[in-house]
This record gives sequence, structure tokens and C-alpha cells, in this order.
Amino acid sequence: MAYLTLDKVSAAYGATPVLQDIDLRVEKGEIVSLIGPSGSGKSTLLRVLVGLLRPQAGTISLAGERIDYASKAALRRARETFAIVFQQYNLFQNMTTLRNVTVAPTIVQKRPAAEVEAEARDLLTRVGLGEKFDAYPDQLSGGQQQRVAIARALALKPDILLLDEVTAALDPELVSEVLDAIRALAESGITMLIVSHEMGFVREVADRVVFMDAGRVVETGAPAEIFDRPQTLRAKEFTAKILRH
Amino acid sequence: MWEQLAEEAPRFFGYYNMIFIAQAFGQTLALSVLGALAGFVLGAFLAVLRHPRLVPFAPGRWLAISYVEIFRRIPFLVKLMCVFFAYQLAGAKVSMFTVALTTVILSATAFAAEIVRAGLESVHRNQWDAAETMNFAPAQALRLVLLPQAWKIIIPPSFSYVIGFIKSTSIASQIGVLELTYAAKVLSTKGFSALLCYGTILILYFLICWPTKLLGAHLERRLGVSHTR
Repeated sequence: MAYLTLDKVSAAYGATPVLQDIDLRVEKGEIVSLIGPSGSGKSTLLRVLVGLLRPQAGTISLAGERIDYASKAALRRARETFAIVFQQYNLFQNMTTLRNVTVAPTIVQKRPAAEVEAEARDLLTRVGLGEKFDAYPDQLSGGQQQRVAIARALALKPDILLLDEVTAALDPELVSEVLDAIRALAESGITMLIVSHEMGFVREVADRVVFMDAGRVVETGAPAEIFDRPQTLRAKEFTAKILRH
Repeated sequence: MWEQLAEEAPRFFGYYNMIFIAQAFGQTLALSVLGALAGFVLGAFLAVLRHPRLVPFAPGRWLAISYVEIFRRIPFLVKLMCVFFAYQLAGAKVSMFTVALTTVILSATAFAAEIVRAGLESVHRNQWDAAETMNFAPAQALRLVLLPQAWKIIIPPSFSYVIGFIKSTSIASQIGVLELTYAAKVLSTKGFSALLCYGTILILYFLICWPTKLLGAHLERRLGVSHTR
């Protein structure tokens, strides 16, 4: 049985359906990438997983156990399992880099402060921000902020890391520093669900690619299959367009 | 005119008048300080209660909104009369000071609720998203993320409101609360020059408002720091 299973999951913003009958399986240690045109529901799917949008139908299960998003305790457990890195970083503006990373582990998870801080310094150093512990988010570049956000997500010790178009808001020059940080992570064996428009990167790190369009999963397969031998017309159109530039 | 004032002054600043004015000053100060503190705490409570992401309880939200919308629209004097008659109807024997204090708190609560709400709404939605997905309890999100970023929006209008509100406590003189304005009225009916009576309370009002302004500026520097350009 897959580690994370989505069965016929549907969700809507008000009356507008944004996800329809999504089926998805993610094994432990697998890196799955969600691709597709804007508005196809990729980011929404991640928002559903972390409980920012309630699914209207279908089931989401972790290690065989259904997550009941209406229950506070279950939602809490789900949020312990997933950590999400947002497109706009969403760092706490009133906290230093170090505090951004340590605040949830110490205050929410109630782990010992000294241990958390040592870990946070280590994580920040690993993403190349060893010099920026006391900087506030606004004093950092977008790429630096996004790497802090990745360190912050990792400090929570999630089982599954969700990356929501983490390079979409960055200047082209800053993209590679963030991708390098994620590449290093990929090698550590963590389970990841990556929404990305960086096709070269997806092809390189993903074990499996899920192509979405108009709120549905259109095609799933290994990167080479999706990019080189897409089966559906919609996926063919999409890959033809992105490969042209 | 100056000779007349100079002649009156020793009598005006006599022992019993001083005690009388000091008592009145105490009442104005008490109405202002207790009203502002209690009003702010209760107002902040209402602002939290009406926030769907902090308290997902619709009836509480409607109640908070109705309270704020109604109490901000009734003139202070009318509120004062309503409270006065409400106590009478309830058969409670309370002092005029209590009536005035109740009114001042009810009024400040409504305005503070609106100021705090605006402060909370000024914090970007993505800060809430991050706090929620990291499992912050609403109280933790409020204390660690939302309020620290909201203070800079909350503090300046709060203090300009409080300064206006210190001056509205003078309306309590209408129901006979012995506060500064009432004291000036009494002394001027006793035959002292209006200039002396009202000039004295003018200075005393200033003595309350000026430190309040300084406190506001201090808090703005301490809490209202922004790390965003």
C-alpha cells in the first residue's frame, strides 16, 4: 500500500470546482512532481493536503489511515506529517531567520530549545545561510528567503515535504541556488511532492511525474515517459509547448 | 481683568478648592485610565471573536459585529443616559461614577475592537497560512505572529482615540459625576471667574493627555517596529 493515497478527491473554491476525482499514490521516499498549466489545481492539491482547503469528496489516507480533515486532532496529525514551502516563502516578517526556523519546533512541538537551535543553525548553514541567522526576512533576497523557508520546513521533521512552485517568484539568477538546495534534499531520501514549472529540474529529480489539467490528473508516469512519449493529447500539447523554449 | 484674577487667585487656590479639584482630577483620571484599559482588553477580545480564522464560531462573530456597529453609532451622551436608565430598570443602586465608567468602557470597547480588527487584517494572509500549517494554536499565532505585526497599525489610532476619549469623559458632568468639567462648573457658579476655573481644568486635562501621547509614542517605538520596508 502506498504511503500517501488520494482517492477520488474533489475540492472547490466556493462554487468553482478546482480539483475533480484526483487519484494519486506516493510511496515512502518517492519524489513526485506535479506539472501542468496554471490553474490546473497543482497548488490547490497541496493546500488540500495541509488542510488550508477542505476536500469536498474523496479520501486522503496516510499509511492506510484516512485523514478526517473535519477533526482537529486528525488535522493536527496531518500537519505534523506534511510541511509545506510556499511560493511566496511566507516567512514570519517579525522574526529573524533563526527564529523563523526555531519557533514552531520549540513552541508548537515543545522540543528542547538548545537542541532545536543547534539543528536550525545546521540546517541554515546547509542551505548556505550560515551568515544570516540574525537577518530579518526583508533584508534577504528572494532566493535566500526561500532557502530559509526550506530550512524552516525541514526543522519540523516532516514525513512528506510539499514544495509549491518554490522558484516561481524568484529572479532567474536566484532559481539555481534554491534548486541546488532541493537537489541535496532529494538525495537524503525524503518523500517530496513538488509542484514546479522548472521542467529540466523535474525531469532530473522526480521519480514520477503527474500531469494535471483543469483540476484532473491527466497522465502519470516516469519523467521520460511524460516528457518524451506523452500518451494523451493534452499532455502532448503541453510538453510540445514547454520543450519549444 | 488681570487685577481681578490676581485678587481672586489666593481664594481660588485655597485649601478646600484644591481638595475639590484634586478629587475631580482623580475621577477624570480614573474614568480615562480604567476606561481605556478595560476597553482595549474587551475590544481586543471582540476583534478576535469576530475573526473567522481565529474563532470559527459564527454566532459569536455576529454578536461581536452587532455590538461594534451599534455602539460606535450612538452618541456618548445618549449611551450615558441609556446606561443610567438600564441600571435604574435593573433596580441597581450604583453611583454616578459607576454609570459613567460603564459607559466609557462600553464605548471604548467598540472602538478598540474596530482598531484591533484593522490591525489583524493588515497582516498578510500568507502569515496566517504559514502559522496554521505549522500547527500554531490560534492563541500562539496571535501572540507570536499576528499581534507583533499588527501593533504598528493598532497603536497610532488607539492613542489618538484615547486622547479624544479622555476629553469625552467631560460629558459625564451631565449626569453629575464630579469630574474636572463638573468641578469647573461648580466653582464658576460659586462666583469664581470662568477663566480661572476653566483655565485650571484645561491645564489638568493637558496633564493627562500629554503623558498619554508620550506613552503612545514610546509604545510605537517599542512595539510598532516594522521589519518590512
